[in-house]
Amino acid sequence: MSSQLLTPASAQEAAQALRAYRSRGIAVRIVGGGTKPWGGAGASCGVELGTCALGAVVEHNRGDLTAVLQPGLCLRELDELFSSAGQMLALDPPLGEGDAATIGGVVATGDSGPLRHRYGAPRDLVLGTTVALADGTLARAGGKVIKNVAGYDLAKLFSGSFGTLGLITEVAVRLHPRPPAQATATGTTDDAGLLQRAATALSASSLEAQSLDVRWEAQTGTVLARFAGVAAAAQAAAAQRLLSGVGLQAAVTEDDDELWARQRAAQRSADGGAVIRVSGTPSRLAEACVAAQVAGATLVGRAALGLSWIALPTAAPGELVTAIARVRKVLAPSPCVVLDAPPYVRAHLDPWDHPEDAALILMRRVKERFDPARTCNPGIFVGGI
Amino acid sequence: MSFVIVAYSSPAILVPRSLPDNTTKNAAAPIERELLERLYAICGDEHVLTESIQLRTYESDGLLQYRAAPAAVVLPGSAAEVRDVVRACSDANVPWVARGAGSGLSGGALPVAEGVLIAVTRMRRVLEVDLDNGRVVVEPGVTNVEVSAAVAPTHFYPPDPSSQIVCSIGGNVAENSGGAHCFKYGFTTNYVTGLEVVLADGAVVQLGGKELDVPGYDLLGAFVGSEGTLGICTKITLRVIPLPEAIKTMVAFFETTSQAGEAVSEIVSGGVVPGAIEMMDTLTIQAAEQAVGAGFPTDAGAALIVELDGSRAECEARFDDVVALCERNGATSIRIAQDDADRAAIWRTRKAAFAAMGRVAPNYYVQDGVIPRTKLPEVLAKISALAEQYGMRVGNVFHAGDGNLHPLVCYDGEDEAERAEELAGRILEACVDAGGSITGEHGIGVDKKRHMPKMFDEPDLAAFQHLRCAFDPRGLANPGKVMPTPRLCGEVPGPYRTHPLERDGIAERF
Ligand SMILES: Cc1cc2nc3c(=O)[nH]c(=O)nc-3n(C[C@H](O)[C@H](O)[C@H](O)COP(=O)(O)OP(=O)(O)OC[C@H]3O[C@@H](n4cnc5c(N)ncnc54)[C@H](O)[C@@H]3O)c2cc1C
Repeated sequence: MSSQLLTPASAQEAAQALRAYRSRGIAVRIVGGGTKPWGGAGASCGVELGTCALGAVVEHNRGDLTAVLQPGLCLRELDELFSSAGQMLALDPPLGEGDAATIGGVVATGDSGPLRHRYGAPRDLVLGTTVALADGTLARAGGKVIKNVAGYDLAKLFSGSFGTLGLITEVAVRLHPRPPAQATATGTTDDAGLLQRAATALSASSLEAQSLDVRWEAQTGTVLARFAGVAAAAQAAAAQRLLSGVGLQAAVTEDDDELWARQRAAQRSADGGAVIRVSGTPSRLAEACVAAQVAGATLVGRAALGLSWIALPTAAPGELVTAIARVRKVLAPSPCVVLDAPPYVRAHLDPWDHPEDAALILMRRVKERFDPARTCNPGIFVGGI
Repeated sequence: MSFVIVAYSSPAILVPRSLPDNTTKNAAAPIERELLERLYAICGDEHVLTESIQLRTYESDGLLQYRAAPAAVVLPGSAAEVRDVVRACSDANVPWVARGAGSGLSGGALPVAEGVLIAVTRMRRVLEVDLDNGRVVVEPGVTNVEVSAAVAPTHFYPPDPSSQIVCSIGGNVAENSGGAHCFKYGFTTNYVTGLEVVLADGAVVQLGGKELDVPGYDLLGAFVGSEGTLGICTKITLRVIPLPEAIKTMVAFFETTSQAGEAVSEIVSGGVVPGAIEMMDTLTIQAAEQAVGAGFPTDAGAALIVELDGSRAECEARFDDVVALCERNGATSIRIAQDDADRAAIWRTRKAAFAAMGRVAPNYYVQDGVIPRTKLPEVLAKISALAEQYGMRVGNVFHAGDGNLHPLVCYDGEDEAERAEELAGRILEACVDAGGSITGEHGIGVDKKRHMPKMFDEPDLAAFQHLRCAFDPRGLANPGKVMPTPRLCGEVPGPYRTHPLERDGIAERF
């Protein structure tokens, strides 16, 4: 499949391009940093529409802690920009090869990292959006203030829609003050049940963690609770006491960036491996750890949110397909979405595994209304949307 | 035309203060016998109301200037009954409106004159409390405070609208309601993880669940805040969180609202994220003080309530900073809550602000607009200039952290109502000009439809309509709300072709 790459330099250009391809019946693949070839294999597309030329910071309202951004901006550049103002965009998913992940791509895939515990997912941080639709119009929803209920919340609809409804040309986001100090309490055990109880005890406590993660790797489990703020060290010490009290080997690390970099990195796989994102519940964490262990995989998870990423090591594609099916079976009915995976795997199983239910019918109706000719990213989303 | 909350402890009831003379008689169109029979069969005779005297209760929501009598009010007792009622309406092609407690302030639950009103007030069961997973599952008629009560004493449900004693969770979901603690904790939309929804064609859809990031479009996020126009929710799964270890509350008094506004900016930009940060101006302080008598100085130009919560160590370290910062910005006095009773008195004063306005003005109109926080002094100056120009008094309470303003436009007789609304509309223009929004929490309903074009252009509205048509192509769910002009859905242009291989997620690659 050879396809042409087009990089519109303005939102209007993007919208016009979509309309032109729609009228010619040509499907378009929307590409940000190109770090997440996720979803179904999809139909072949005649054109790739890249967002790299849409890279402007439209507004940074320091006093209001908001920003309006074009989709092609890299998270890495944004981090530098906001840091210099003592602020942050509280989104820390792994940035992919060459740290190329863009804000548009992260919003479109709904990807998130450890900061999710405190600050939420892209859906929770996006205040408004402008999108180019396949009919060539530019539609805006939401606003750029942190509170607003006028009109439908299309910003949430587009977050995590994998570019199947249109191309995001602008997002308004909420920023947060960058905390002055951080410290992490960790606790280890080789008992998955104990790991779950420790994580539950921490999430039920009134300690206010910035991130609360777990890790299961090579038969060892770790709970990691990061605290931020003027009293970070005191809170981490309290968490350490709690973890020891439950029976874990506990410690406090103040120079903790490396620990968290490892957590983020484990959400992605090595070449030839695969990653399954499990939408579970905290009360089934131990089961997820055991499933990972059986598959020889590493698990990282947001302990209080019930989300886990199981990274299967490099293996023959056929073996990966079998391993994924096994994990899904053990963890059912928790949805298990395949993110990273080699093309063979992607072609031999449905990465989404969404049941044919009333919700899927409704999703197809949404797609029909926004993109009736199936111009945008056809076939890559749930149920072949 | 305004209301008071009678008895501020449960059960509170909203009662009209003064009813206009032109109270409409039962203007309902006759409803088809066949549909009515079905409704009786589904809900039981005693739960279907058709007498005009019974319908009166349901003619308006909290915004009393709009009224309409539905053909019938039904009070289903279960999700299955709701589904059957909606199916019956769908078969008869009759529009319907969902209603919770009717405390909405934008006319969202205003009945359709020829339609059915579905009031979920009987659906008040807490279905499941699952604290290990931080979830509670409720029926839509459960009130906001009942959710926190169900998970006490260890947990709470953060979104806390001032109407929390009466308003229903279903209504909160439909309006994406906020409250004083939303600056730190977020709004209803950040706490709903699962919904069971009955669509206008009677289909029952499960959106989300206890789990996060379930695959597919975030229809849950699209439904929250959709004001009853996308369907009716019959079961709601909410995230609840542990109570903070410590809470410290203070109220600082200033000579002017701009001084208080400056303090807010400094607190927030200094990296403190208060649990709540609320402001009241002179007029609202006076009214609320008359109602509550908590000892707020009635000559103060502004009261700034700041509450820090979280870990004790963090709270204590930050609280002294905040006090010092208020002093630096010219606070004339600062009162620090010494115990729970004191804290409750401060909050009672703030939460009574709307209702108390009735003590200083015969009538008032509650506005709801949002501005970027830094524009506060500028917009407040504009509001007072407008008030002067119209010769009316405007009180102001705000969720200051969010920049969510509630100007209370006071007026005397009925004949001034129109000018008061006009003034309130000009205030919204000022909000939009400052980069803000025409509503932060009360919704569009019928009341703000005409202001939608101030914020949104035609393509934006067309995109909203795409969503609505996907959910309810025949426009039976709460028609006439949100969108500025009525629109039809029409057919989907062009056939939708799913290649069988695509449907299986397997497509040709080469
Ligand atoms: C004194 C006072 C103070 C207030 N303070 C606040 C505040 O601080 N913050 C705030 O956000 N709001 C506030 N409000 C507004 C109001 O209380 C909220 O909007 C509340 O969420 C409405 O809930 P309700 O149950 O009364 O809904 P209703 O008024 O009955 O209905 C509101 C909307 O929800 C829809 N609806 C109701 N139930 C369902 C359902 N099950 N499924 C689908 N749609 C449904 C209706 O069709 C309607 O469009 C206040 C109101 C009053 C009177």
